[in-house]
Amino acid sequence: MTDVKVIKTAAETTLANAFAEARARLPGDDAIAAQREAAFELFAKEGLPHRRIEEWKYTDLRALMREAKPLAGAPDAAARERAKTAGALLGDVETRRLVFVDGVFVAELSDLSGLERGLQIGSLAAALAEGDPTVLGHLGKLAPARDVAVALNTAFMGDGAVIRIGAGATIERPLHLLFVASQKPAATFARSLVVAAPGARAMIIEGYEGPAGSEYQVNSALEMVVGDRAHVDLVKIITEGADALHVSTLAAAVAANARFNAFTFTLGGAVIRNQMFLNFDGEDTVAGIRGATLLKDRQHADTTLFANHIAAGCQSREVFKAVLDDDAHGVFQGRIVVRRGAQKTDAKMMTRALLLSERAEADNKPELEIFADDVQCGHGATAGALDEELKFYLMARGIPAAEAEGLLIQAFLGEAIDGIEHAGLREALMERVAAWLKARG
Amino acid sequence: MALLEVTNLHAGIDGKEILRGVDLAVKAGEVHAIMGPNGSGKSTLAYVFAGKNGYEPTAGEVRFDGKDLFEMEPDERAAAGLFLAFQYPLEIPGVATMTFLRTALNAQRKKRGAPELSTPDFIKRVREVARNLGVDQEMLRRAVNVGFSGGEKKRNEVLQMALLEPRLAVLDETDSGLDIDALKIVADGVNRLRSPQRAFLVITHYQRLLNYIVPDVVHVLSRGRIVKTGGKELALELEARGYAEYQEEAVA
Ligand SMILES: Nc1ncnc2c1ncn2[C@@H]1O[C@H](COP(=O)(O)OP(=O)(O)O)[C@@H](O)[C@H]1O
Ligand SMILES: [Mg+2]
Repeated sequence: MTDVKVIKTAAETTLANAFAEARARLPGDDAIAAQREAAFELFAKEGLPHRRIEEWKYTDLRALMREAKPLAGAPDAAARERAKTAGALLGDVETRRLVFVDGVFVAELSDLSGLERGLQIGSLAAALAEGDPTVLGHLGKLAPARDVAVALNTAFMGDGAVIRIGAGATIERPLHLLFVASQKPAATFARSLVVAAPGARAMIIEGYEGPAGSEYQVNSALEMVVGDRAHVDLVKIITEGADALHVSTLAAAVAANARFNAFTFTLGGAVIRNQMFLNFDGEDTVAGIRGATLLKDRQHADTTLFANHIAAGCQSREVFKAVLDDDAHGVFQGRIVVRRGAQKTDAKMMTRALLLSERAEADNKPELEIFADDVQCGHGATAGALDEELKFYLMARGIPAAEAEGLLIQAFLGEAIDGIEHAGLREALMERVAAWLKARG
Repeated sequence: MALLEVTNLHAGIDGKEILRGVDLAVKAGEVHAIMGPNGSGKSTLAYVFAGKNGYEPTAGEVRFDGKDLFEMEPDERAAAGLFLAFQYPLEIPGVATMTFLRTALNAQRKKRGAPELSTPDFIKRVREVARNLGVDQEMLRRAVNVGFSGGEKKRNEVLQMALLEPRLAVLDETDSGLDIDALKIVADGVNRLRSPQRAFLVITHYQRLLNYIVPDVVHVLSRGRIVKTGGKELALELEARGYAEYQEEAVA
């Protein structure tokens, strides 16, 4: 039985009650149930992450999450109907859509026809119910158990995507995991798993969206195995409703000679925490970890990256750009650790914040910890306003102030967005940036 | 009425007075040269015309085509037909030269009530202008001025001028850092644009450029004032005698 004596806040109490009520009906066998119990116990002991926990220093969930919303039930017909128009941001980018409403897989909105050779798609709820051995073998092995947000996800996980890409299979059409929140101010805990076998090639788009005016709460986690020589591109698009709380986790293990790119586009939500735990545990991998964030009003978004170079000869490039307007608060914490055995690591991390308002705030914390002696590593961080000289140069050519700023902001973000290999997706994101700029006026 | 009318212009940077009563009138169709020692205020004058922040006019006025220039934002001045070729053109990483040129041209056209140029028409125009100025197509594909040599940057300024077809072009030491071949190309670019409707204000430290762009009027700027005005022979005189006497004169 869990020890609940440290639980103090209303949100923590609600979560404890919700777990007590739901534990018996959450999917999975005894082993999964035990995993849930252990995860919940960590939460019960630690409470919600708060500012005295180093990794959560700038995003004090205990303060930001005044209440925990009730667990979302099955989505109703209206919610499913609205989900049909979700994902518009992608424009005409051809994808295979897998739709989750309030964290629950909705088969009739998803495209499961004509699966490419080597591609298997299922739901986590089904995998847990069936006791799928691959899923049971990987679940919880990649995501760090000590992180309380991950622990809560593990305790409550109900559904999500399970994607397997067979050895050597190339999946041309990007797989679009679209997580749509309904109008209900509810809490969802989706958990997904992607296993790319050796030599597999695929692109995953992980999108989050929901209505403004609803204080829904998303805690989503994706565990990913990138096999030897596999090439996986992941693009996460966070465009939640204006009042949403979004916490999402990526935990990936990248094997030898693999290529892995992860890009996060952060634009919508009241409070956003995007955390990444990456293990480069095979030799000679090449990774590009990038992000573009655009915040306004009182939005708060925290990107926290932990890149763990375990094997030798791996290259990683981390580029994170944030544009902060009004009273927005952008956080980037990036920690690259190079283990003793990770000789010839080539890791370079760069993070820049562009402040469009004097009230906007940026916290940049890049860190390097190096235990090997033959490496090339570096990091840089800057925060500042738009370059007035450049703006004047553009204006002197007849470009009005707002348009000049727009060009400079697009150029600033382009440095990160250009890292996406899919041209159509790049354009779709740039268009969303243009719309954001236009709304700014 | 002159296209550009400058009357008793005083201006400063951070409260420090740099221009101390400039009077100047440039008519359409004319080419004026402004020469003067380093630090005499030539670039300050150019920036005050273009409307750069921090270069504050404190007295006097500047009328461009009859309108008060100081009532207009920098982009409005450009759309009205004022062009400044920067002494030190800036690099704009991430902004493709073609995007920059098209945005500028269409913004100006829009402000003048002209329709935007279609992409094929625009590309045709740029290609033609680039060919005339010996500008490599490859340069147009790069980010604005990024990785350009000093000479390439200057040529890119002239390319922008030729594309935007201003009514008054102020060239701030466009000749500095150019070898003789590049200088001739730049001068050709300017001469090709000369017309009865258009005027040029050529700021230079050396007489050399004026062999190729022959001015109608030459002014000497010293310590923030125009201390002498003459014909093209004044440039040759300055070349022979240097600026020493003008520095003295202005102090006195
Ligand atoms: N940004 C600036 N801040 C302070 N002083 C400046 C600045 N730019 C120019 N000055 C000063 O203004 C005076 C005129 O400079 P400038 O107009 O650049 O002269 P020129 O172009 O004739 O060489 C010089 O004394 C110079 O030091
Ligand atoms: Mg100068």
